[in-house]
Amino acid sequence: MPLIEVKDVVGGYGGAPILNGVNIAIEQSDIGVIVGPNGAGKSTTLKAIFGLLKVTTGSIVFEGHEIANSLPDKLVPLGLSFVPQEKNVFTSLSVEENLEMGAFTRRDDITGTLEEIYTMFPVLKEKRRQPAGELSGGQRQMVAMGRALMSKPRLLMLDEPSAGLSPRYVLEIFEHIVTVNKAGVAILMVEQNARQALAFASRGFVLSQGQNRFTGSGPELIADPEVAKSFLGG
Amino acid sequence: MDILVFFINKVVIAGTVLGSIYALGAIGATLIFGILRFAHFAHGDMMTLGAFFSFLIALLFYHYGIFLPIPMGFVVMPLAMLLTIGVALGIDKTIYAPLRKRGARPVTLLIASIGATLMMQGLIRLFFGTGQYSFFDYGEPKTIIKLDMSWAGSRPITFTEPQVLMVIVTVVLVLILNYFLTATRFGKAMRAMADNADLAQVSGINTQLVVRLTWVIAAALACAAGTMLSLDVSLKPDLAFNIILPIFAAAIVGGLGQVYGAIAGGFLLGFAETLGVFNWATILRPLGNVLPSWIVIPPDLSLVPTEYKLTVSFVILVITLLWRPTGIFKGAST
Amino acid sequence: MNAVSRALLLYVGLVVFIVLVGLWQGVANISLLMLQASAFALVALGLNIQFGYGGLFNFGIMGMMMIGGFAVTFVSYPVSKTFWTGEGPLWLLRAFVAFAAGFALVWAARRAPLKGGWKAALIVLCWFVAYVLYRSQIDPAAEYIEQHDGFVGGLGLHPVLGWIFGGILAGGVAWIIGKIALGLRSDYLAIATIGISEIIRALIKNTDWLTRGTLTVSPIPWPVMTPGDYQDHGVDTTMSFIYARGGYIALTAIVVVIVLFLIQRAYAGPWGRMMRAIRDNFIAANSMGKNVTSRQLEIFVLGSVFMGIGGAILVSILQIFDPGSYQPINHTFLFWVMVIVGGAGNNWGALLGALLIYLVYTLAGSLSQTLFYWVSSWTTQLGWGAIPDIDSRSLQMRVFVLGVVIVLALRYAPKGLIPEVVRRER
Repeated sequence: MPLIEVKDVVGGYGGAPILNGVNIAIEQSDIGVIVGPNGAGKSTTLKAIFGLLKVTTGSIVFEGHEIANSLPDKLVPLGLSFVPQEKNVFTSLSVEENLEMGAFTRRDDITGTLEEIYTMFPVLKEKRRQPAGELSGGQRQMVAMGRALMSKPRLLMLDEPSAGLSPRYVLEIFEHIVTVNKAGVAILMVEQNARQALAFASRGFVLSQGQNRFTGSGPELIADPEVAKSFLGG
Repeated sequence: MDILVFFINKVVIAGTVLGSIYALGAIGATLIFGILRFAHFAHGDMMTLGAFFSFLIALLFYHYGIFLPIPMGFVVMPLAMLLTIGVALGIDKTIYAPLRKRGARPVTLLIASIGATLMMQGLIRLFFGTGQYSFFDYGEPKTIIKLDMSWAGSRPITFTEPQVLMVIVTVVLVLILNYFLTATRFGKAMRAMADNADLAQVSGINTQLVVRLTWVIAAALACAAGTMLSLDVSLKPDLAFNIILPIFAAAIVGGLGQVYGAIAGGFLLGFAETLGVFNWATILRPLGNVLPSWIVIPPDLSLVPTEYKLTVSFVILVITLLWRPTGIFKGAST
Repeated sequence: MNAVSRALLLYVGLVVFIVLVGLWQGVANISLLMLQASAFALVALGLNIQFGYGGLFNFGIMGMMMIGGFAVTFVSYPVSKTFWTGEGPLWLLRAFVAFAAGFALVWAARRAPLKGGWKAALIVLCWFVAYVLYRSQIDPAAEYIEQHDGFVGGLGLHPVLGWIFGGILAGGVAWIIGKIALGLRSDYLAIATIGISEIIRALIKNTDWLTRGTLTVSPIPWPVMTPGDYQDHGVDTTMSFIYARGGYIALTAIVVVIVLFLIQRAYAGPWGRMMRAIRDNFIAANSMGKNVTSRQLEIFVLGSVFMGIGGAILVSILQIFDPGSYQPINHTFLFWVMVIVGGAGNNWGALLGALLIYLVYTLAGSLSQTLFYWVSSWTTQLGWGAIPDIDSRSLQMRVFVLGVVIVLALRYAPKGLIPEVVRRER
């Protein structure tokens, strides 16, 4: 059984629907990447999963539970975690406090997890007492990811993690994502940097106008000439 | 020297007391602004309500002839705080929460809080009439403390026992609040929510609980501020409206959502008001001996006549809004 | 049922309500209530323009009404016998010159070719000097006038001219306020306008030489024949009230109708469309090159003009100008309830809301008074004694009822009884 299954989901922000029957399914070991042109409904799919907009028809099943239209703060204890594209850190809180907030739903001792995050992102340990707002774009992205990982999720969702980052940081972030996946966390992310992301995706989904167009493993999609022509710029 | 002591009595002490009251009120208002995202116009009335609760409970004690070494107002404050918290949570549940659920704009909530203000004011005046009351009319003395300064050839430094306790209570409350916000899980969650409400929800923070906590803190502080004001001056139903403007001004000047800004703003406004109504002629009078005779120092050289006291807060507010809308500590703005 | 028939039905209901109240309170009373309600209606229409059309949050209505009240007092109160023959005008002239000099000084300082910190210091210094200069002239002037004449008196002209002056003055003050404050976000604007109206109240209340402050000015003449005039012609007392007030109502009704007509015409035209575009999508309108700030200023000033006129009419009706009697509850929040309950953005809604809420507000007072007396007699019978201060307490019930109405309206009928008619253009 897949870890999460999004089935024929139709939804939007009220008014005309943006998703017109989207299907996504990934396993615990997958790195799932959603790509497509602007307005395709990529970010909207993630937000639909995380209860940030209304799903009118269809179902979203995570580990056997139906979670469509749940409240976001109920999903974190279930094992999901989300890194939004913008405003994804608490700028006035310190780096360490940001991470602590990620672990809010946990009642056990978090120092172990905190150390793991610091091992993965050493620069955060250096700047742990600094307000997150003072960090550079790439560092902020690490804080955002760290925050999402503090709750020990089984599925980590990221909305355009490489957006606005310099190429060196893009590579670094993608490396971290692969590391996290190898440690046992399923990844589902939306990416504009389609080619780079699909290169290490075990499942790729190409969306257009709120519907699926192509599905396959990342390398398969890159190799497919039709996909390359329409969505990857040849 | 005598003039210096006069200045201390009239400005330093008065400013500190007023500043403490404004600060406690402003902290509540700024928290509500930062977390619930609206201007809680009913904050002044919450202070009045808190003061009346304290008064009623104190009356009960006076009735049974119980007097304690410290003013009763302070003793009963914790109980009055509980009552005020209850009312605040009740109002939120019945009035604001349904509107929030519908996605109401901040101004709609402001107008709703005006509705709440009117309801509270109406009820308070209904039960208590429009007169003024004092804790000290029922047998308890208002101890005045005079520090003898005759060795320096001047009048004594004068202040009252309630004033000393007020400053102590304010310091204690601020320290407790500071600890809560910086060292506890829920305190940090509150700060997180004030910083970025959407991200707070996405991180799994129980926003409903944080909202309730905000009301608890705001109501408790409002009760303290109102009670203290009534102990210092007197208890009037009008207390509410005259204080809402300085409190909003303090919160805005300090930066909305910034607790420490609210404290700074509160003291800034407290001192601005006392400095504004102070009759500076008294300071300049000794200079009269030095200056040539055609320069006459007028008898009343206060910057702001007492009737226009509210003007001081308002002018500071307008200057802040036009020049630096995010306030001293750069809180939320447009 | 479509919108128009619904509105019609509501108005019929209102008329029925008025008739019922009239039967309960007596024709003389209801005529006075309706007269005051018409003045309030005008102010409500002003707020409807500012909020309903412009999306502006003006909570300083009280200030505008006081300005209007002052204007009509100044214009229509009889000329002071002593002021114009004494030194008063001379003193005022000197004070005016001092004011102008101070104004020029600050203006020049603002144009001084200096940098940042120095310039700011210079401006502050000039403000200080200007203030001291003005105070040095106005304080003795005020003292003289208050001792010699009481206050400057009026101009002895017809009240309707006073109403017009009230509108102009209120509009002028609104222009100044708008220039400074309209850039603020909505809830900040609300707070700022509350503060401004408090300042205006403090000024008018304490400038005794100009307004007589808390000593009040009365009697202020009526624009039509008073009940007294009718009685002098041999009409019996009750009928005199009815004729007099009826005549006055006819006059104010004409004013309201004219204003309503003008606003409706403007709303339907291109100006109205642009206003609503600005209100609904500020950013888009701005980017389309529409000068949003000056349009907003226009709306703010226009609405305030009507508030000034309404305030002037009210003072003429009451025949007394008492700065101490103005309260934010009665003179600001009440109008917000009227507009929200009636329907923001719809003039018929605002009018309905004004008349309905005004009646409900005044009646809540009388009703609770009756209730209190009834309960009091019951408690006296039980030996608990009567309820003290019933009259002032029942006034507080009005406040409570108003609060309840606001909360209920926001919750269950946020668009009002007669909502804005949004024409969908396909």
